[in-house]
Amino acid sequence: MSGAKEEVLSRIRRSLKDVPRNERPEDVPVERGYRTESDTSREELIELFAERVSEYDATVTRVEEAELPAAIEKALRRRGVRRLVVPPDLPEGWVPKGVEVLSDADRLSNRDLDASDGVLTGCALGIAQTGTIALDAGERQGRRALTLLPDYHLCVVREDQVVGLVPEAFDRLRDAVQSEGRAITFISGPSATSDIELERVAGVHGPRTLDVLLVGRALS
Amino acid sequence: MKQDAFSPGGGAPFEVLAKESLANSQLRRNLGKATTTIRQKRAAAVGEMPDWEELREAGRALKERVMRHLDEYLLQLEESVTRAGGKVHWARDAREANRIVASIARGHAAREVVKVKSIATDETKLNEYLEREGIRAIETDLAELIIQLSGEESSHILVPAIHKNRSEIRELFLRELDAGDLSDEPTDLTNTARLYLRKKFLEAEVGISGANFAVAETGTVSVVESEGNGRMCTTLPRVLVTVMGIEKVIPAWQDFEVFMQLLPRSSTAERMNPYTSFWTGVSEGDGPQEFHLVLLDNGRTDVLADERGRQALNCIRCSACLNVCPVYERVGGHAYNSVYPGPIGAILTPQLVGIGKKGPDSLPYASSLCGACYEVCPVKINIPEVLIELRGKVVRHKQDAGEGWRSRLDPENAAMQLMARNFSDVRLYEASQKLAKAGQWPLARGGVIQRLPGRLSGWSAVRDLKPVPRQTFREWWKKERGS
Ligand code: SF4
Repeated sequence: MSGAKEEVLSRIRRSLKDVPRNERPEDVPVERGYRTESDTSREELIELFAERVSEYDATVTRVEEAELPAAIEKALRRRGVRRLVVPPDLPEGWVPKGVEVLSDADRLSNRDLDASDGVLTGCALGIAQTGTIALDAGERQGRRALTLLPDYHLCVVREDQVVGLVPEAFDRLRDAVQSEGRAITFISGPSATSDIELERVAGVHGPRTLDVLLVGRALS
Repeated sequence: MKQDAFSPGGGAPFEVLAKESLANSQLRRNLGKATTTIRQKRAAAVGEMPDWEELREAGRALKERVMRHLDEYLLQLEESVTRAGGKVHWARDAREANRIVASIARGHAAREVVKVKSIATDETKLNEYLEREGIRAIETDLAELIIQLSGEESSHILVPAIHKNRSEIRELFLRELDAGDLSDEPTDLTNTARLYLRKKFLEAEVGISGANFAVAETGTVSVVESEGNGRMCTTLPRVLVTVMGIEKVIPAWQDFEVFMQLLPRSSTAERMNPYTSFWTGVSEGDGPQEFHLVLLDNGRTDVLADERGRQALNCIRCSACLNVCPVYERVGGHAYNSVYPGPIGAILTPQLVGIGKKGPDSLPYASSLCGACYEVCPVKINIPEVLIELRGKVVRHKQDAGEGWRSRLDPENAAMQLMARNFSDVRLYEASQKLAKAGQWPLARGGVIQRLPGRLSGWSAVRDLKPVPRQTFREWWKKERGS
């Protein structure tokens, strides 16, 4: 098997005869002339994030911190969620009474997740430019399967988690990947397909419904 | 026998297959609708990016950097993946890659594996190989499932089942999935697939995927998708095997900021595709606990040898060039008879399998050199330039193969060589256009070229080629502008 490695590498080197031997990768210039930071105001970014997420068949509700539990309860009731999956470190105050909680502290099986009505999580960050939510298996999110098997995902995004542009997001996520090797998932609306006569159908695999609660500080 | 990207359906050349495709009106209708819709949406998605050109340039440069130092980046990738708990395998060719995947699956006594669409494994014909080994690979992309159930070949990188209509799909599902009562509404059809596949995802011990990118610096692999089956396949099974072409490596985590802007907008014309998964080796307690990365050569190192042709390896498989191609729009993917159709296929396939094979040799001629593909390509692959280069190679190969005095006088040969040299130089390009105009008059009848010499004759027989206009666009523009 290691014969394969040696052979592929030597084929590559043979094919790259034209590359000077002392050339280093960094010697090939890469001009990064694109935008790396948004110059939009915070309030506009938050607006933009809300607008762009909702363009993908997802709902966005803006709430103040103090209203969050009530907003969660309302969303769950509206979607008829009775058995709710939560990551082990979800704040206790978030889950309304009367809902059966399936905490992943008990290491839920895939069947349990599949049989649940929905999942409630936080997120790592949101990207305003693209209406994307990023999960990094970190705080208030849990492992990947939690947000994949239930048919409904209620996601809480804090305003200070919203960044402007895609490069800002990758910059913020670097640590989780580089030092901890955590898995990252980008979610931009529920899944979709246009495979049948190019008609868009939302919700193929994964949660078919995505609701986002965008939490800000009370304006005073 | 060496398996390759070409000829899922036999070795027929482009012009023959194009004729068959043109006769299929369902395909032409669907394709016309698809390419027009996607084209318009793409233009809008790109139009809202003030820094699109800068992103394209960064994407191109990063890819160039990778290709010029591919050995180093692959070694770095191997080290990073290994450090993160994954295992890296190297495969010289398709068969070796297939063997590796099969032996991993067998090692886990898997009779069935779930698979997310990957062109690399289409290229190696992995599913057929596994079948022979007694392992069933379930395709989980909706379109791929449709294709697999019907036993056909895909016709578009992005919308592979574009040639099938809803009632055909309904019948297929009724027959193959035991789908009880079923309407032909796309929502209903999609739900049927969801239920069928959900069971498969929950049962599977082994998942198989391709990769859009793999980061040398961190070992992170990513799959960019729409339907969520990619997340399923890379999260639920205990064992994950990813097969990727060696050209998919990118230098650093930061470089995602370039490619994750270029790819979704160019591909599905979205600001961002619904789901992207990024995983780094094995994460304890989260997702697969065994990860294998198979690095596939299968002709790629041959493509690398051509300084100009090498840029075909920069492709991020967005399919934008397919959707703008006037030739592709009319004939569809099957005519290219390769897992890589359209303009990119026309430059990649012949290089992957090597010049001198009748079918692939015809592909560089499947173009009017209009340049639309180059304009939309998010990593700025100069497809026309490579097409011309390859035409020259095909002709030279014919000479060397002893088709002798006749092909030395072949007008294609001379004209193409001239073009290849001149294409990047505007003045010389204009001159060669004039030459072409001068050269074609004996063939034109009533303003339409009815038969072209040599290789092109098959192609011109299926459509009326407009002759090179008396006045080229450039000439007209100059005159209009009065300078
Ligand atoms: S060649 Fe360029 S436009 Fe065509 S599929 Fe590849 S990246 Fe996209």
